[in-house]
Amino acid sequence: MTTRRDFVGTSSLALGLAMAPRLAHAAGVHGALTPIPRADKKALADVALNTARSRGASYADVRIGRYLNQSLSARETKIQGVNSSESYGVGIRVIADGTWGFAATSDVTPDGIARAATEAVAIARANAPLQSEPVRLAPQKGFGEVSWVTPIGKNGFDVPLAEKADLLLAAAAAALKAGANFFNGSIFLVNEQKYFASTDGSYIDQDVHRIFPNFTATAVDSTTGKFETRSALSSPMGMGWEYMAGSASGKTQGPTGTLYGWSYDMVEDAAAAARDARAKHSAKSVAPGKYDLVLDPSHLWLTIHESVGHPLELDRVLGYEANYAGTSFATLDKWQSKSFKYGSPKVNLYADKLEKGSLGAVGYDDEGVKTREWDLVKDGVLVNYQAIRDQVHMIGQTESHGCCYADNWSSVQFQRMPNVSLRAGTAPLTPAELIAKVERGIYIVGDGSFSIDQQRYNFQFGGQTFHEIRDGKIIGMLKDVSYQSNTQEFWNSASAMCDRRDWRMGGSFFDGKGQPGQVSAVSHGSSTTRFDGVNVINTARKI
Amino acid sequence: MALPSETEAREIIARVLGQSRAESCRVSLGGGQSGNVRFARNAVSTSGATSNSTLVVQSSFGTRSGAARANAFDADTIARTVTASEELARLAPEDPEYMPPLGPQAYQPSTAWADATAAMDGARRANAARLGIEAARESGCVGAGFLEHGASASAIGNSAGLFAYERATSANYTVTMRTPDGTGSGFGTSDSHDASRLDVAAASRIAAKKANASRNPRAIEPGKYTVILEPAASVDLLQYLLFDMNARSADEGRSSFSRKGGTRLGEKLLDERVTIVSDPSDPLAPASTWDGDGRPVGRTTWIDRGTVQNLYYSRYWAARQKHDATPGPANFLMQGGSKSTEELIAGTERGILVTRTWYIRGVDPQTLLFTGLTRDGTFYIENGVIRHAVKNLRFNESPIVMLNNVDELGRPVRVSNAETALASVVPPMRLRDFTFSSLSDAV
Repeated sequence: MTTRRDFVGTSSLALGLAMAPRLAHAAGVHGALTPIPRADKKALADVALNTARSRGASYADVRIGRYLNQSLSARETKIQGVNSSESYGVGIRVIADGTWGFAATSDVTPDGIARAATEAVAIARANAPLQSEPVRLAPQKGFGEVSWVTPIGKNGFDVPLAEKADLLLAAAAAALKAGANFFNGSIFLVNEQKYFASTDGSYIDQDVHRIFPNFTATAVDSTTGKFETRSALSSPMGMGWEYMAGSASGKTQGPTGTLYGWSYDMVEDAAAAARDARAKHSAKSVAPGKYDLVLDPSHLWLTIHESVGHPLELDRVLGYEANYAGTSFATLDKWQSKSFKYGSPKVNLYADKLEKGSLGAVGYDDEGVKTREWDLVKDGVLVNYQAIRDQVHMIGQTESHGCCYADNWSSVQFQRMPNVSLRAGTAPLTPAELIAKVERGIYIVGDGSFSIDQQRYNFQFGGQTFHEIRDGKIIGMLKDVSYQSNTQEFWNSASAMCDRRDWRMGGSFFDGKGQPGQVSAVSHGSSTTRFDGVNVINTARKI
Repeated sequence: MALPSETEAREIIARVLGQSRAESCRVSLGGGQSGNVRFARNAVSTSGATSNSTLVVQSSFGTRSGAARANAFDADTIARTVTASEELARLAPEDPEYMPPLGPQAYQPSTAWADATAAMDGARRANAARLGIEAARESGCVGAGFLEHGASASAIGNSAGLFAYERATSANYTVTMRTPDGTGSGFGTSDSHDASRLDVAAASRIAAKKANASRNPRAIEPGKYTVILEPAASVDLLQYLLFDMNARSADEGRSSFSRKGGTRLGEKLLDERVTIVSDPSDPLAPASTWDGDGRPVGRTTWIDRGTVQNLYYSRYWAARQKHDATPGPANFLMQGGSKSTEELIAGTERGILVTRTWYIRGVDPQTLLFTGLTRDGTFYIENGVIRHAVKNLRFNESPIVMLNNVDELGRPVRVSNAETALASVVPPMRLRDFTFSSLSDAV
């Protein structure tokens, strides 16, 4: 499930809260930006692998991780938080007596690592009597010593704090000038320095970068006491500071304003957001009923995420997530039939961990598998799931899909969603041409409220801006719009998608799954797509 | 030193403050151990243990502040962290809302530590998983469950002489049982700071019973229904009400506690049977007795017999508004009556029993409208008896509307659900006119 996007932790774990830092503002320790020598990491990794083996583990992997976060936040014309952190430690996963065990420690010394490896084996042994069948790992060749780095143009951590603060304040000023009463903005940077080693003979060094600019502009109408908001149309990206350049080639003029692809202009979007929030006050409240929806990629990513990404996680399908995230309507019998119509014949959905600039892109996953692309839904038919090494045998496959991930050295890795995207239409089609054929519809931009059941049938989504379409033309703004549908019905109503020129990614920086809960970052690409006859409800209430 | 003692914490903080060259300095540290076991398909799937530490140093020169965070307490790390925070403070812009550090404060002793939780280990975790799996097998169900426990210590100190230290533990068990044919699902939970109070076997039996009873649910028309929300079904929705009680947002006209020209403070917003407080010394849900600023946290009444009694303030906003700096909620305690869920069912002519809710997300912040779904045990009640299972439903409802439609409140219990952030004590509730907007096929 995608977590609330206001950076407020919603962990149910009292421990997590108790251990959270007690000060609001924090920044990374400078020395942490210097990479740890690879030879040192290899020596430490070998301590873990050798200890685990000597204690009787049949398999072991170790992840030595340094995780750096930095965020700046602004409230109106003030910078209120320079909030960064460093976390350094080691997580060791073993199979002993056919059972998984895991232990992690921030004591990154040979002794500390040996103790954790010993504990991981002991945990596996304690649980072995409760195992119904031994863990089966898909074979994976060792890659020796290899590395991978996110292809960034400019490392966001190297950009002076003042430059980041100035950008946020310029965006705030633009929003306030354009009619917002309030502006809450942030820029979030992540750098995962991960070193993976396993008893298969891999030593994989990776340096992963992500960035997420975001804001909400609020406009209050003092005559009515009401307020309206519009959030950023940015996307979190697997990029460096170059994403913030706002270059013309990375954005596009959409039917109702500027939309962003490979490049984001925070100041321009902040001004537009203020105008939109102001305009919502006088927008027409939607009449509930069936509409043809035209969904921009800045909106559709979240619907893809919830209604395609999650239900096709094999661990959910098999019941491993039943207690929290849930199971899935996309059961094995539907996949085995080779004829389950997930969507209309125009619908092609695929998974990947390769797309440049995406949040999911890495060279190798967190159990040492080289990443790739694969089809999930082909010509509307369900053809595959997302699976990792200890699962693929359950669907008769021999190779992991390479989508195993842990959000920290202290978390155990498990199956996480790769990028899941909708292929663009093959015939030339622009958003304007698509809208021109809609008689009664709503064009939705930006992601808003989102909720879906635990088997991924019934969902409800909002958005940032809603525009009424009549006889092929956008005639004005709407408000109080949410649509409800059923996953299979919705994707079978997909009737047109724009071509590759319009293909853009959105994504989640905080996708939550697992117990204990872990977050991951994932992108979803699409072009503007039309869905016919979707049920729209009016969400206005009085209190 | 994953779990620092008070003496160790004082010493670390003194070392940091001793190295500080800033005009003011605040230090926060924490450390602890946690462990968990997870089972699914009636077998253990993962299990692990983690120990970690946190050190945060915030330095200020005038109103410029910078902070650095690391996860170790050795001399090198302390030196690096102090230096880094000072470098950042010099680079940071002036903060017009900067507040100087608080001086020494008096705190209630924390009661949130239980030795039984701190003593949990791999063998005890495995035993809990065994109890859950056995309950699943005995009832012919497929069980998926999770037990997590933790023990931690936290401390803060600053250059104005403030010091606070506390230890806390937590333990939580949740289980979802499903029938092998996938037509029934039930949920059970047990939550406490004291692991000796967890009843894994009972929670597992309840989940299994609900799974078997919820097979072959019937569809009902969406609409407004009388509902009985079990505590796990309401706790997350109710917490969102409390989280919206920020004085600044209300004063600025951008929350559900705003009204034209002011706030709802002092307004009778909810049914008079609704009283919500937080109190760190609560025996069922003990919590921290100080907040991140070092402010002492005591008992606060948020809603008193339906009337908005308090909103919470940052120190800056309180100074600006000339108001007491009421800290945010430490825990969530809602008062109720004396009846159990079963007794509320017995007194219901027609209604729907909701075991658990899921994926609750905001739809309209103005009215605090949320959407979400029922799951893992939804039943139709007629003439005081559960008649049959019903298919799950999506709701669109505001806790403000919900708590105006109170029919009866039962006996509060300690509870947590998927996204419960605060230790919570919540009554089962019978509510009128709860809004279900569509059916879900999910089991």
